[in-house]
Amino acid sequence: MKYGQTPSQTVGPYFAYGLTPEQYGYPFRAACGPVLAEARTPGEPIVLTGRVYDGDGKPVDDAMIEILHADTRRKYLFGRCGTGADRECTFRFETVKPASTGPRSAPHIDVIVMMRGMLSHAFTRVYFDDEQEANARDEVLADVPAERRGTLIARREELPGGMVYRFDIRMQGRDETVFFDL
Amino acid sequence: MKRDLQIPTLRPRDWSTQPAYVYPPYKSTVKRGPTQPLVPVKRALEQLAAPVYGHGAVGPLDHDLTRNAVKNGEPLGERIVVSGRVIDEDGRPVRDALIEIWQANAAGRYAHKVDQHPAPLDPNFLGAGRCLTDKQGRYTFVTIKPGAYPWGNGAGWRPNHIHFSLFGNYFASRLVTQMYFPGDPLLPIDPIYNSAPAGARGRLVSRYVPLASDPDFALGYEFDVVLRGAQQTPMENRE
Repeated sequence: MKYGQTPSQTVGPYFAYGLTPEQYGYPFRAACGPVLAEARTPGEPIVLTGRVYDGDGKPVDDAMIEILHADTRRKYLFGRCGTGADRECTFRFETVKPASTGPRSAPHIDVIVMMRGMLSHAFTRVYFDDEQEANARDEVLADVPAERRGTLIARREELPGGMVYRFDIRMQGRDETVFFDL
Repeated sequence: MKRDLQIPTLRPRDWSTQPAYVYPPYKSTVKRGPTQPLVPVKRALEQLAAPVYGHGAVGPLDHDLTRNAVKNGEPLGERIVVSGRVIDEDGRPVRDALIEIWQANAAGRYAHKVDQHPAPLDPNFLGAGRCLTDKQGRYTFVTIKPGAYPWGNGAGWRPNHIHFSLFGNYFASRLVTQMYFPGDPLLPIDPIYNSAPAGARGRLVSRYVPLASDPDFALGYEFDVVLRGAQQTPMENRE
């Protein structure tokens, strides 16, 4: 090892026109966005949505969430969404329900969280509340203290428009989301 | 069939080079940084490849911020060329890394709707760009030197900086950082710059390099970025 890693710095409050320009209506083509699945992507179409809460329980309006997951062909899909484009401070991804990637891996979505006020990004994971058997076998979840596992489980809601999973991210407090040393 | 494979695993995040999540001189970290210890993960997650960006993800003018948003003329300010290499900890080039940058204009104003700093917007400058690194891990941006601006963290102004977002070859080697300029008097008092450990923060400062070509067109700055790299670990594979 010859070179030291470059330090991280905050994404700051003004990332939107560079990193999520189309979502926020800036005149610059986006390299990626909140829609991961195309019409021909196999799997169950789902929406993953939620908010990010700070230590005071206030929704964060300048966070950026990136997600990566496998579809049923084990092809990886990637998406990015900011929380400042709507008044409710939500992120909202359109994708398909992920497939399991191995015998000891439950269906899940890997997540990167960054925002003004975070000097380094944080990694977390979304699991699904209708996958209890698979979740019980998951080797990453097994390493999470049992009383904190619930912070990683998205809640399924069948809405008229389709299947929605809700996943809120709490940066601090009693229900602080589990972040991984990845 | 059994055979030995060299499975690349990613070197861990070296926290001795990274800022802490909660760093009180940067006030917003106090309510936003995670406070619980991070949960270690098994190697499976580290091996996740980063998304593959085709060259279609990058338009021909995306790397040239002096031209990618012009409406009726050229942007104001000092033209600069920012170039460098993206490498891993062993010095190997990181190819096809997606680099996205954003910055304030020459007056210190971001084109972002939330930026209230009363400095003028430049109709010919958005301040956003992107490119992919080449086979040697090299990249080049043409832009305008960003201005300093006051921010709501006390009385200070942020030093001139360009935001960098990098996706290398692994999901876990993701990096978002900021590039600073040599000799900036605001650096020693900037909480964000100083959040990086003392031995590492100098890596965030670019070098002034007179341009070999086109020295009369722009000033040159070099900024290399070191991402977490793979180390080879022997592993038995059963097929």
